[in-house]
Amino acid sequence: MTAHDPSLARPNAPVTTYRYDDFDAAFVRERVAEFREQVRRRLDGKLTEDEFRPFRLMNGLYLQLHAYMLRVAIPYGTLTARQMRRLADIADKYDRGYGHFTTRQNLQYNWPKLVDTPDILEALAEVEMHAIQTSGNCIRNVTADHFAGVAPDEIEDPRATAEFLRQWSSAHPEFSFLPRKFKIAVTGAAHDRAAIMVHDIGLAIVKNDAGEIGYRVVVGGGLGRTPFVGKVISDFVPRAELLAYLEAIMRVYNRFGRRDNKYKARIKILVHEKGIDEVRAAVAAEYAAMDRSVFSYDPAEFERIAAFFAPPPYEALPAESQKLRAARVEHPAFGNFVEVNVARHKTPGYAIVTVSLKPIGGIPGDATSAQMRLLAEASERFGFGELRISHEQNVILPHVKQDDLFDLWRMLDAAGLATANAGLVSDIISCPGLDYCSLATARSIPVAQAISKRFSDLSRQRRIGKLGIKISGCINACGHHHVAAIGVLGLEKKGQESYQITLGGDPTFSASIGEILGPGVTAEQVPDVIEHLVDFYLAERREGEAFIETWRRVGHARFKDVLRREGEDGADI
Amino acid sequence: MSALKNPQILLASNLADGEVVFLGPSGWERDHARARVARDKDEAAALEAFGKAEIAANRVVDVYLADVALGADGAPTPMHYREKMRVKGPSVRLDLGKQAAGAA
Ligand code: HEM
Ligand code: SF4
Repeated sequence: MTAHDPSLARPNAPVTTYRYDDFDAAFVRERVAEFREQVRRRLDGKLTEDEFRPFRLMNGLYLQLHAYMLRVAIPYGTLTARQMRRLADIADKYDRGYGHFTTRQNLQYNWPKLVDTPDILEALAEVEMHAIQTSGNCIRNVTADHFAGVAPDEIEDPRATAEFLRQWSSAHPEFSFLPRKFKIAVTGAAHDRAAIMVHDIGLAIVKNDAGEIGYRVVVGGGLGRTPFVGKVISDFVPRAELLAYLEAIMRVYNRFGRRDNKYKARIKILVHEKGIDEVRAAVAAEYAAMDRSVFSYDPAEFERIAAFFAPPPYEALPAESQKLRAARVEHPAFGNFVEVNVARHKTPGYAIVTVSLKPIGGIPGDATSAQMRLLAEASERFGFGELRISHEQNVILPHVKQDDLFDLWRMLDAAGLATANAGLVSDIISCPGLDYCSLATARSIPVAQAISKRFSDLSRQRRIGKLGIKISGCINACGHHHVAAIGVLGLEKKGQESYQITLGGDPTFSASIGEILGPGVTAEQVPDVIEHLVDFYLAERREGEAFIETWRRVGHARFKDVLRREGEDGADI
Repeated sequence: MSALKNPQILLASNLADGEVVFLGPSGWERDHARARVARDKDEAAALEAFGKAEIAANRVVDVYLADVALGADGAPTPMHYREKMRVKGPSVRLDLGKQAAGAA
């Protein structure tokens, strides 16, 4: 009997998520017990803070501005309804009734007590969740496309690969003390929704001319103090060689990555300083020299994992739902929601729904326990009990019947969860900034709220079209501002909060780092600046052009000019 | 006795629950208005020494001095916006943090 025994399956378990086996379950349970003991020893005074800090960080527990913060992993962003309910229960019992979904497909609790943390971890373990490797200089939670398994442009579901990598990297003895944290993202589609170009390692699933599946491997991307777009180290690594190849990259990084300077310790610096060719050669040499037998690929094991992500039992449906068509006409607000928040699904008659956690004026990524429960319920009624968390800090229902969209929308709308702004100006990514984060140099949430309110008119937002605004409260760039069409970075200038604007960032395969617009502005000025930029774009854009395309064609200088002129007019920008 | 540019208070986080605390006349206080104020370098050094001992006693973590301005009643308010935030709670959730309890 194993945990994979169908007779043990949870009654509401979707068929499309990984389920722990005995080994996984025992491993997580042991870690919780170990941490409980470490907390006890800390509170008894047997461990000093310096001794304890690495242990708490290994379990995702930080100390923040007002309280501790616990970061829970949501591997490749996939959650079951049962897990979502458990996250809600924890928010009520041990926190303050809400949680914050982050750009790394994690959930952060902002108010846990140290003394309660072992109980929280135990409550998570019961639903196959944990906070392991959500912090520290190890391979972090592997992230993936939030449309995995359902996107029409997909070559293969990236989650099987992500889970495969999770099993390889979890508690990997050699890679638990890397020079710095290490982030891997995987996409399996023609469009990159996982920002793989700005990760330490980005993997794109590709098919070669012979029709075999493999990986294009990108290394050395990253944001933070020195942002870089990653470089292709290999165009095609066959699946059978993936683990060994990644192991070789990690060993090269572990050996040559700088440990003398925290700010230069990421693999992006190694790639930048040595050049991709030298790194590639070093990896090839390591790969050739190492004992690869321990990484020998077992297709059966990969298939076993992939089977967990098999499609749910879809019904055979016509491609277009008549019911949906009629409801769209009858209810314009619903029609707008469908136009903006509903994406095409690979299976006829189904749709992918993005539930925005960015209500106008709200806190990006925050969800109350009531909202979490409602989403769990919605996923069970309308989507095989499965949810996703996107790196854009939204929740996705990946398998909704087109026939059910209207009922789902009514349910979401009644709970204030039907804001039709996915991908639009008010769908802002924002890190917690100085409202919570101890590293912040300025606030970011109030700036996001002000922009969202300024553009509150959703029909105006639709006219503006796709436009990613991303805000970070310090140079660490957790809010991905470097890869935003319009990025906002909070800094401190002469004892005041100050905001630097960047333009032209792009998180997809055509990745680019945004360029600085000019001197910093105050929080109050940010919405004005953005409005001027948007107006200039609307005046300049050609039919069908997104903001970033216009910016690329028209050039940074002219966008900059707009603001210079505004400044001369007395707007003091 | 050398002068400080500004008076200072000692902040820390309580070990067990992580809450922000301030060194008061006789131990840690949750209300910054009750914090003991150092007016010169010797007094500041004394606060810091106390803080170090408290770290060693595993009662608090992350101890540091912050510049304050004194109100008419002598109560200290931090000067930097970071610590202003710490004595209240998140500016975007007035229902949370110390401000919710009316301490700030
Ligand atoms: C306790 C709060 C946090 C701390 C202490 C923290 C720390 C850091 C640091 C030091 C960096 C810079 C890494 C570098 O120099 O390369 C960073 C980057 C980053 N963090 Fe955080 N962070 C926190 C919260 C968050 C949150 C809330 C998110 C998601 C919303 C997040 C996601 C990220 C991302 C995506 C990056 C960019 C890293 C890269 O690609 O290079 N972090 N964080
Ligand atoms: S960008 Fe800075 S302020 Fe924002 S969460 Fe990251 S470390 Fe904190």
